[in-house]
Amino acid sequence: MSSENIATTHHQNEEVAWQGGHSPFNVSYGKLMMWYFLLSDAFTFASLLISYGALRFSSPTWADPNKVFSAFPGMGHREVPLGFVSLMTFILILSSVFVVLAVIEGHRNNKQGVMKWMFGGILGGAAFLGCQAWEWTHLIHEGMNIWANPFGPQAFGMLFFLITGFHGFHVFSGVCLNIWAFVNTANGEFGSRNNGYEMIEKVGLYWHFVDLVWVFVFLAFYLL
Amino acid sequence: MATTEIGLDHHLSNHDDHEHHEHHDNFFTKYVFSQDHKIIARQFLITGIIWAIVGVFFSVLFRIQLAWPNESFPILETLLGKWAEGGKMSPDFYYSLVTMHGTIMVFFVLTAGLSGTFSNLLIPLQCGVRDMASPFINMLSFWFFLIAGLIMFSSLFLENGAASGGWTSYPPLSGLPEATKGGGMGMTLWLVSMALFIVSSLMGGLNYIATILNMRTKGMTMFRLPLTIWAFFFTAIIGVLSFPVLLAGAILLIFDRSFGTAFYLSDIFFKGEVLTNHAGQIIEGGSPLLFQHLFWFLGHPEVYIVILPAMGMVSEILSTNSRKPIFGYTAMVYSIMAITVLSFLVWAHHMFVSGLNPFVGSVFVLVTLLIAVPSAVKVFNWITTVWRGNIRFTPAMLFAIGFVSMFISGGLTGIFLGNSSLDIPLHDTYFVVAHFHIVMAIAAGFGMFAGIYHWFPKLFNGRMMNEPIAYIHFWITLIGSYCIFWPMHYLGMTGVPRRYFSFNEFDTFGVYGDLNVFITVAAIVVFCTQFLFVFNFFYSIFYGRKMKTLNPWKANTLEWTTPRELGHGNWPGAIPSVYRGAHEYSKDGRDYTPQHIPDSQLDNYNPIIAEAVK
Repeated sequence: MSSENIATTHHQNEEVAWQGGHSPFNVSYGKLMMWYFLLSDAFTFASLLISYGALRFSSPTWADPNKVFSAFPGMGHREVPLGFVSLMTFILILSSVFVVLAVIEGHRNNKQGVMKWMFGGILGGAAFLGCQAWEWTHLIHEGMNIWANPFGPQAFGMLFFLITGFHGFHVFSGVCLNIWAFVNTANGEFGSRNNGYEMIEKVGLYWHFVDLVWVFVFLAFYLL
Repeated sequence: MATTEIGLDHHLSNHDDHEHHEHHDNFFTKYVFSQDHKIIARQFLITGIIWAIVGVFFSVLFRIQLAWPNESFPILETLLGKWAEGGKMSPDFYYSLVTMHGTIMVFFVLTAGLSGTFSNLLIPLQCGVRDMASPFINMLSFWFFLIAGLIMFSSLFLENGAASGGWTSYPPLSGLPEATKGGGMGMTLWLVSMALFIVSSLMGGLNYIATILNMRTKGMTMFRLPLTIWAFFFTAIIGVLSFPVLLAGAILLIFDRSFGTAFYLSDIFFKGEVLTNHAGQIIEGGSPLLFQHLFWFLGHPEVYIVILPAMGMVSEILSTNSRKPIFGYTAMVYSIMAITVLSFLVWAHHMFVSGLNPFVGSVFVLVTLLIAVPSAVKVFNWITTVWRGNIRFTPAMLFAIGFVSMFISGGLTGIFLGNSSLDIPLHDTYFVVAHFHIVMAIAAGFGMFAGIYHWFPKLFNGRMMNEPIAYIHFWITLIGSYCIFWPMHYLGMTGVPRRYFSFNEFDTFGVYGDLNVFITVAAIVVFCTQFLFVFNFFYSIFYGRKMKTLNPWKANTLEWTTPRELGHGNWPGAIPSVYRGAHEYSKDGRDYTPQHIPDSQLDNYNPIIAEAVK
C-alpha cells in the first residue's frame, strides 16, 4: 500500500484509519515512540518541578531570583537581573528554530540545507551549555551549592542545581543526538533511507521538548 | 489452505528493514542477542522464573523465623553463614529478606516476568505483526532488565547485606546510609538497579504501545483486538506514565544519600547528635512525605501493571475454555480504561496514617472505592462468561478460575483498607499483607501460570506441558495459598504489625504462635510444589508432547494460525487479515469462528485440514 493511499483513506473516513493495516495517526512507529517517550519524560520533569513546589511552599522564606541571578559575564559587579538567563533562553529558542529549518530542508530532501541548519542547532545547544556552565561556576563562587545558599534557604540551591542539572543533561544528550544526526546526514546515511530525513524530525522533537521544558524550569526558578 | 492467502501482505514491505530474512543465525544471534520477540519473551520468562524461585525462597526463610522465633536451625548457619550465627537469623538479615522479597516479586517477577513475557509473545502474534515496532529497542529492554537484576543479585552478597528498608524504601531510614546495615552499598545498588529497571520498562512499554497502535494487521480494528492486547496496551501506558515519577523520586533519594542534599531529610537526629551536611549546616528543609507521594504515584499504578496483563489473559482463557464469547467485551475494555485512569488518582490511600489532611484523605477514599466499580464489572463479566459455558478444565482454565477466586477474595478486603477510618487500625498489619498478596501477588501469579500453560505451545515450538502434574500443581497451590494468607486476616484484625522480626516482646500476640507455624508449613508446602511446575516447564521444553493440531485449544485468535515451529517473522506466507472479533465462540452453530476466515468462506472452513500440523 503506497503512502498516498494511506493519506487519502485517512482523510476520507476517520473510521477507516483504525481498521488495521496502517497507522491510524498516519505517523511512523518511530515518531509515535518518540512522542510517548516525551510524554514519559514530561512526567519526570513534572515530578521534579512538583517536588520543587512542595519544598518551596513548606519553606518559610525563599531566595529572590533578581538578586541571585543578576551577574553578567564581563560586566563586573554591575547588576543585570535575569539578563544572562534571558540571553541563554534566547539562544536555546534560536537553536530550536534552526532545527525546525533543518526539518523543513529534510522534507525538501536538501542535504546541504539540513547540514547547515543542524549545525546551527548544535552550535546553539553547545552555547547554552557553555552559558549554564558559566552561571553554575559563578553561583558556586558566590557560595551557593547543594549544601549551602547565602541568598536564602538551602532548598533553593539544591533544587536549582538538581533540576537545571537534569535539564542540562537533557540538553547535552540532545546535542549528542544532533551531532549524530548531523554526521549521518553528512555521510549520506539518511539521504539513502526509505523514510528520508525522518530521523531529523525525531531528533528535532526531542530538541523542542528540551526547549519546552526549559520554559517551565525558567518559570519556576527565575520568574516566580 | 486457501484461507491464509486472502488479504495482501501489506506489512511485508514495511518490514524489509527488520531482520526476518537473516540466514546466518548462530547461537548468539539466535538465542542470546536476539531481536525476535518470541525469543525475548522466553528470555523474560526464564529470567522471571529464576527470580521467582529466589524471591519465594526468601519468603520461606523469613517465614521460618516468624514461625519458630526461639528455635535454632543449624542448617540456616550452613546456608547463610554469619547472617544466622548459631542457627538463629539476625534481624538485619530478616529485614533484607523482606525488602528483597518485595522488590524481586513486584518488579522482577510480576512486572518483567509477567508483562515482559506475554506482551512480547502475544502482541505481535495476536495483532498479526511480524515483530515489534523496534526489535532492537525490544532487545535492549531485556538486557537492561537483566543488568538491573544482576546488580540487585550482587547486592545480596555485600559485606553488610542487601537493602533492608522495605521495598518502599521510605526516607529518612533509606536516606541515611549509616542508619541500617543494608542502608549503605546495598541501598545504593537497589537504587541503581531500579533506575535501570525503569529504563527497561520504558523501552518495552514504548514498543508495545507503538506496535498495537500502528501495526495491527488489516481488518484488526481496536475493538476486534483480544482483551489480552487491550490489557497489555493499558499496562504499557501505565508503565510509561508512572515509572518516570519513581525515577524522579529515586534521583532525589540518590542525591540525598550520596551527595548530601536534603530533599527528604529535615532536622535529623542520629545517635543523639543532629546531622550536618558537608558545609557544616544542619540538614533541613526536606520532606519525607514527598518521597511517599512520588513513590506511590508509581507504587499504586504498579499494582495495576501487575494485575492487568493477568486480567487480560484470564479473560481470553475463560472465554476460550468456556466455548462462549466473553460477556460484555466493550464493558471489559472500558473497565480496563477506567482502571487505568483511576489508578493514577488513588496513590494517597497508602498514606492515610502519614498525617495527611483528613479532607484530602476523604477524596482519596472516594476515588479508591470508585475503582471497585470497573473491577466488579470485570469480575461479574468473568462469572457470566463461564456461566452455562461448555467448560473444559484445562490447567490454564483452572488457574484462570483460581485467579477470579483470588481476585474476589482479595478485592473484598480492599474495600476495608480503602476506607481511611478503617485503615487506621488496619494499617501496616498482617491484614494488609493478606490483602495485597491475595488480590495482587497470588492472583497475578495465577494469571502467569494460566498464561504459561495456555501459550506454552507458542513459546516452545509446539510442545505441550504435562497435564497431570499441572493439576497437582494447581490444587496444592490454590489450597495452599489460601492456607497461607487467609489466617493473616485474623492476625491483622487484632493488630499484629507486619515487618516485625519477632513478637516475643508482645504477650498479646503470643496466642498466634501456632497460627504462624501453620502459615509457615503451608508456605513451605506451596514453595516445594512449585518445583513440580519448574520441572514440568523445563522437561516440556525438551520432551513435552508435540501438539497434534495447530490450534490445540480451538481458539479464534491469530497466534494459532502460525506454524508449529515459528521462525523470525511468524507467518511464512502472507499475514492473515481479520474479519471479526476475537471471542466469537458457539455462534451460528459453530463451535468457534477463527478471526482470519472471511464470512463468505466460513462454510468451507474445515478445521481438520486447515489446522493440521504442517
